Amino acid sequence: MSSGVDGKTEEVKAAVRGNMEARASRAELLSYFRQMLMIRRFEEKTAEMYKKAKIGGYCHLNLGEEASIVGALSTLDSRDYIYTNYREHGYALARGMAPGAIMAELFGKEDGCSKGRGGSMHLFDNNLHFMGGYGIVGGQLPLATGAGFALTYKGEDGVVIAQMGDGATAIGAFHESLNLAKLWNLPVIFLVINNLYGMGTPVEKSSAVPELYRRARAYDMYAERVDGNDVLAVRDAMQRAVRLAREDKEPSLIELMSFRMKGHSVVDPDRYRTNEEKRYYAEHDPIQAYEEQLIAEGILTPEMIETTEAEIEREVESAVEFAEKSAFPKPEDLFQFMYATSVPNAVLEVKTY
Amino acid sequence: MTTLTYRQVLHDTLAQEMTRDERVFLMGEEIGVFEGSYKVTKGLLEQFGAKRVKDTPIAEEGFVGAAVGAAMLGLRPVVELMTINFSIVALDMILNHAAKIYYMFGGQTPVPMVIRTPGGGGQQLAATHSQNLEVFFSHIPGLKVVAPATPYDARGLLRSAIRDDDPVLFLENLGVYDVKGEVPDEDFDNDYTIPIGVADIKRNGTDVTLITYSRMVHTALEVAEQLQHEGISCEVVDLRSLRPLDMPTILQSVRKTNRAVIFEHDWRSYGIGAEIAAAIQEEAFDYLDAPVLRVAAAEVPLPYSKPMELAAMPSGEQLVSAIRKTVSKRW
Repeated sequence: MSSGVDGKTEEVKAAVRGNMEARASRAELLSYFRQMLMIRRFEEKTAEMYKKAKIGGYCHLNLGEEASIVGALSTLDSRDYIYTNYREHGYALARGMAPGAIMAELFGKEDGCSKGRGGSMHLFDNNLHFMGGYGIVGGQLPLATGAGFALTYKGEDGVVIAQMGDGATAIGAFHESLNLAKLWNLPVIFLVINNLYGMGTPVEKSSAVPELYRRARAYDMYAERVDGNDVLAVRDAMQRAVRLAREDKEPSLIELMSFRMKGHSVVDPDRYRTNEEKRYYAEHDPIQAYEEQLIAEGILTPEMIETTEAEIEREVESAVEFAEKSAFPKPEDLFQFMYATSVPNAVLEVKTY
Repeated sequence: MTTLTYRQVLHDTLAQEMTRDERVFLMGEEIGVFEGSYKVTKGLLEQFGAKRVKDTPIAEEGFVGAAVGAAMLGLRPVVELMTINFSIVALDMILNHAAKIYYMFGGQTPVPMVIRTPGGGGQQLAATHSQNLEVFFSHIPGLKVVAPATPYDARGLLRSAIRDDDPVLFLENLGVYDVKGEVPDEDFDNDYTIPIGVADIKRNGTDVTLITYSRMVHTALEVAEQLQHEGISCEVVDLRSLRPLDMPTILQSVRKTNRAVIFEHDWRSYGIGAEIAAAIQEEAFDYLDAPVLRVAAAEVPLPYSKPMELAAMPSGEQLVSAIRKTVSKRW
């Protein structure tokens, strides 16, 4: 087990950064940039739509976590599955879901990826093996573990990502899932996005062991803590975890040190963080840092950035247009999807007098 | 026809369904090597191997949740919860996840799983091990809840539950495992099913409808037999399914007898009886010749001491006096 970023000196980090193309192909490096930027612009637009009351309910944004998301999902292929929590728009985008289907879901429309029944916390796409965002903290973890069991049972070599925030590591379901995954040798990667706060409570005040990756040691499980703002470091760690899961049927835990640029949700006034802290996050924007690296290594040019920005702006705009144009689900379809197997005497109507 | 115990029928049906469908597997505490706390899974580990009969840690939330995840990926888990009392530890997985996933994700992934679990008092197991929690589950849209009383119904409903694409709570009762009953000979009729959501008239009668389920069906039938000698004719409706609830059958019977007594093992307040009594007065008020009565458990945590425990549980005597009251002209 390594403590990742903590163990490295600034010189070592700089040396590793100095040769990006030795670590990933130019096309990959550029696609990560594009995906991160897509998540950023999509989420900014989401916040705007929320303020315009186009989006209701809760809305938890991934702003600041783009490198973690893109780095983690870059290592998966179509055999693999992902279970996420309620802060999941970015994961859905990185997994390949159409921005329009996500935005339509946020708008509560019929063309949304969950047909408007789920909303921000419950995105889903069976075809992409995007097995859902879940609103109960840690609730997705036993499900992901069971998905790992199903893959083993069926003899398939897929891998399951069980994504969570730092807050989820305190709940019993977390520990039960790690125990079961290790006990039964399930191909599950527990992915902890440590953005330093569970809502407004800092990790140190909610976890007796604030180095969350160390919790996996209680289950004799491979674990790493990684700089979640460095997309390539995330990718490297996840590649190790994916190999362990796919080839050795070993679960693992990867803790990505991240942060969120905004509060817990769109409506969180974020009073629990100091101005210095917020300034620090603003100055350590992972996309900005990655962009500078790519420019320094001659992979990205200002013209390419401009083009990419313009394309993404159009994509996000068309996602909003798609969502706007999509119809709301009809109230008379209220009981649609109640049962997968129909059943006599089910009350599938609103009682009226 | 063959006479078998309820326990044996559950065992045989699990084995048949596992043979029929590779996707069916069992998981739960002590179901393998120990062969189940109530021996329903006796010999199944030997027959099907450790891949399909999974002994789990004592961690209900974790393994019930794992069953939900496995079901989402196309398997058909049959979970045994050692007692319904432990379902409370797994409620988040059952109520928030199993029940909601098909609807919440717009019908994209069914959750075809069964949770088998026994409930009920009468074994001197005290407050946390003697509960009837069927109302918890019957209250939740998205779940199906069955509680068969006889070996015949247990076989037909367990088959339906395993083959159903929705999560089904299959409620057993400590008092029914040794109940014997006739089931069709496997050679002649080995594949009958009983639809979830359909009640059964276990006895025809004309004076009063007894509405009941699971273990209490047997007491109700004994009481009906006893009162027949006094000239009171009881019709016994066995609900079999608690969600969906077969109100048409209940209402048809009440419109015929004009009187109803609900006999339930759970607590009275907010119980199954409360639901049914409310529905009867909404739908069949004009047919009623007497108020709908409920005989249920006393509203205490069940005590350990035997005489006290018996006093807390609903009894045949209480049912008899409720029936006498309802058929009297004293209203």
